[in-house]
Amino acid sequence: MSTTAPTQVPRWVTHVLVPVSNLVIAFLIAGLIIALIGEDPWQAMKLLVLGAFGATDLIGFTLYYTTNFMFTGLAVAIAFHCGLFNIGGEGQAYVGGLGVGLVALFFGGLPGPIVILLAILASMLFGAAWAFVPGYLQAKRGSHVVITTIMFNFLAAAMITYLLVEVLIEPGQQAPRTAEFSGNTFLPYIHDIIRSLGIPFGQSSLNLSFVVAIIASVLLWVFVWHTRWGYEIRTVGANQAAAIYAGISPSRNIILAMLISGGLAGMVGVNEILGVHHRIILDFTAGFGFVGIAVALMGRNHPLGIFFAALLFGMLYQGGSELSFDIPTITRDMVVVIQGLVILFSGAMEHVFRPHIVNLYLRIVGRRVAMEPAE
Amino acid sequence: MTNSETDAPALSSDASPALELRGIDKWFGPVHANNQVSFEVPRGTIHGIIGENGAGKSTLMSIAYGYYQADAGEILVNGNPVKITGTQNALSHGIGMVHQHFMLVEPFTVLENMVLGAESGPLLAPGLKRARAELARLERAYSLKVNPDAKIESLQVGLRQRVEILKALYRGANILILDEPTGVLTPQEADQLFDILRALRDQGKTIILITHKLREIMALTKNVTVMRQGSVAANVKTAETSREQLAELMVGRSVLLRVDKTPAIPGAKVLEVNDLSVSDDQGIQRVKRVSFDVRAGEILGIAGVSGNGQSELLEALAGIRPIESGAFRFKGNEVNATCMRDAQEMRQMGLGHVPEDRQRMGLVVSFLAKESSILGHHRDPKYTGRFLMQQKAIVDDVTEKMDRFDVRPSNPLLRTSSFSGGNQQKIVLVREMDQNPDLLLVGQPTRGVDIGAIEFIHKRLIAMRDQGNAVLLVSVELDEIMSLADRIIVMFEGNIVGQLTQDEADERKLGLMMAGEQLSTAA
Repeated sequence: MSTTAPTQVPRWVTHVLVPVSNLVIAFLIAGLIIALIGEDPWQAMKLLVLGAFGATDLIGFTLYYTTNFMFTGLAVAIAFHCGLFNIGGEGQAYVGGLGVGLVALFFGGLPGPIVILLAILASMLFGAAWAFVPGYLQAKRGSHVVITTIMFNFLAAAMITYLLVEVLIEPGQQAPRTAEFSGNTFLPYIHDIIRSLGIPFGQSSLNLSFVVAIIASVLLWVFVWHTRWGYEIRTVGANQAAAIYAGISPSRNIILAMLISGGLAGMVGVNEILGVHHRIILDFTAGFGFVGIAVALMGRNHPLGIFFAALLFGMLYQGGSELSFDIPTITRDMVVVIQGLVILFSGAMEHVFRPHIVNLYLRIVGRRVAMEPAE
Repeated sequence: MTNSETDAPALSSDASPALELRGIDKWFGPVHANNQVSFEVPRGTIHGIIGENGAGKSTLMSIAYGYYQADAGEILVNGNPVKITGTQNALSHGIGMVHQHFMLVEPFTVLENMVLGAESGPLLAPGLKRARAELARLERAYSLKVNPDAKIESLQVGLRQRVEILKALYRGANILILDEPTGVLTPQEADQLFDILRALRDQGKTIILITHKLREIMALTKNVTVMRQGSVAANVKTAETSREQLAELMVGRSVLLRVDKTPAIPGAKVLEVNDLSVSDDQGIQRVKRVSFDVRAGEILGIAGVSGNGQSELLEALAGIRPIESGAFRFKGNEVNATCMRDAQEMRQMGLGHVPEDRQRMGLVVSFLAKESSILGHHRDPKYTGRFLMQQKAIVDDVTEKMDRFDVRPSNPLLRTSSFSGGNQQKIVLVREMDQNPDLLLVGQPTRGVDIGAIEFIHKRLIAMRDQGNAVLLVSVELDEIMSLADRIIVMFEGNIVGQLTQDEADERKLGLMMAGEQLSTAA
């Protein structure tokens, strides 16, 4: 067949213009809804942004949420590069937190840096183990990873509830949570570090996990695009027949990608458990795993894109809670609606506007290019 | 060289052409797919459209059939300007299309497929009854015999195509567009199709034949439109042209249609296949106890209509598909059902493999060209260090290879999908040939490749042989097999029907063997 030659559009169109346009449309509709309930959209948007970036402590909270979204976004992305849709980030994060907690509870006597290092490793191991089973079933038995990972989310929730209620519960207490870890296991807060340099910085939940997330992003970028293992994972994801032709085992790479994915999701436990709560509590994952899907989608499965998408959702989370605090008619649920619109337009509806924007671009620029003498 | 057919008697005195295109223009983004295309097709004639891949033939016909809208230009049916907004609309103007890939529902019967999309009411029975009567009429009128109650999946390819033609006629098509109709047919089936097309023409139907096969154009058409790079290179009367001239018009320079080569000097056996059986993904045995061997310094061709086990055989030899029983020895290494080698191991033993379907298997179209260019060799120390891939070494190496095989554009940082079919094939070929493999497996090396590149690819394959390497060539193009292969074996339903030397082979013999007939007069 002929002449379906795909047109080359510069990356800034697909990677910047398209997502930004989607975002603008999402916020326009959100503004419309806010106007409908009788509030000033402009004022609301201002509060949202100021609530996320208006002061150092607010920035801290925004980046603390961003950290979670980076981990879960990267987790979804690496699985996606292998052609897998891992929607089990929630459960993997939950189990990762269990790993962190167990290390902190039972090895809390060791020196701080060693416990922290062990706990980070445990979060990755536990998350990876939780993703291994669906990965193995997909690779060897063809059980679809979407089905199995979502089932494993429920299994994780049930298991940890049981453990917190029956096994790990703080002796003599009613609340289903463990005892607080010993102080040497706490991850340092960023505001403490910055203040120790003599710079004032507001107190927030932002901790060293943010740095871990950035390191993880860089490592993942190198892994996916600059190692042969990443090459093999991408080949399996893009074209399994070509992978087999090249002697690349799809099942091995599916399992490998799921292990890495689970490990990354598990690190949410580091941020939440070791960084903030300092004990295992119920439902600390709070939907971060699911939002990771939207983050990865919006970030086009690239660590840099994921960082910006995670920052956006961090802003929505933090700014949103400030907004509902400042304008009581805009409830917490209203903020969820705004988040939902962003997910809808940048995720589910991505392909609705994309061709139009690309066409528009081509109409403006394309002909000029084509008029130049062809090679 | 045969002359074209004589004109059919015009049924209508109306002089206006059945279909006329005036100044059709179509852009796909920056790609100018059709540039001021104009030609007319007189009623009751067979009109050929020929051109290389990417010349804009299919786009043009998709515009005529309403898949795309032209950016500019006019379409006239029977002299009246029409606006074709969709396929239903095209049908209402009497334009029908027979696609290269059949659009049939396999578990349905012929009749059920006929009424598909033209059911005429919520209840099926009346529509089916009408279709049955109409089908009987069409059968009589055009001697297009087919059992209306047969399920499509039980029909041979040639019959399925017949159903497609009937479908178009049932919908009232007076202008029939056929897109590469002989790609999946044996030469005999193709001849039957040509008879049908001539009968249709004699009954006053107008036929547009899109093809890249010069032979078909010469045998069938009255006029031919040659397309090159989206424009009409020429509108000529078939009787006043020749294959050489058409080829030159298509490519824009003179081309060698024949392949020059010296007799082969076969050496030691590189590959010995013994009683090899292979099944497809559904577990159906597609290769049935075949035995043959390939020697160094020769090209062994495997001919056959596609789907007779060649693909599975090639994949088993490449280490991609498991062996069911039997064995083969490659350079003395035994490979059988209990001792299998994967593609990586076969490659390390000195095997090169150009797969039949480059886009499905040979390349990753979403990858950059440099990434597709190292597929299967990505663990080679020259491309990757202990941890990191050597991006600069890869780019340098791939650029050099692209230059050597004249891949255009010679830019390893472009996406694989942005190269034309011929250039994609060259990327695969240079990757597989460059390792100087002792045995090169080649499937359909020139499928979807333009004439200029075909010449180049054939020369390279012969050069490979002359260096003393063995080549196993699978192709459904008889011309290709006959001009390249030193020995030819023919596969039919998983068996080897027979073997011919290049001198013994001719189109008739091969055609009969491809249809499963044993030749008693074997040399």
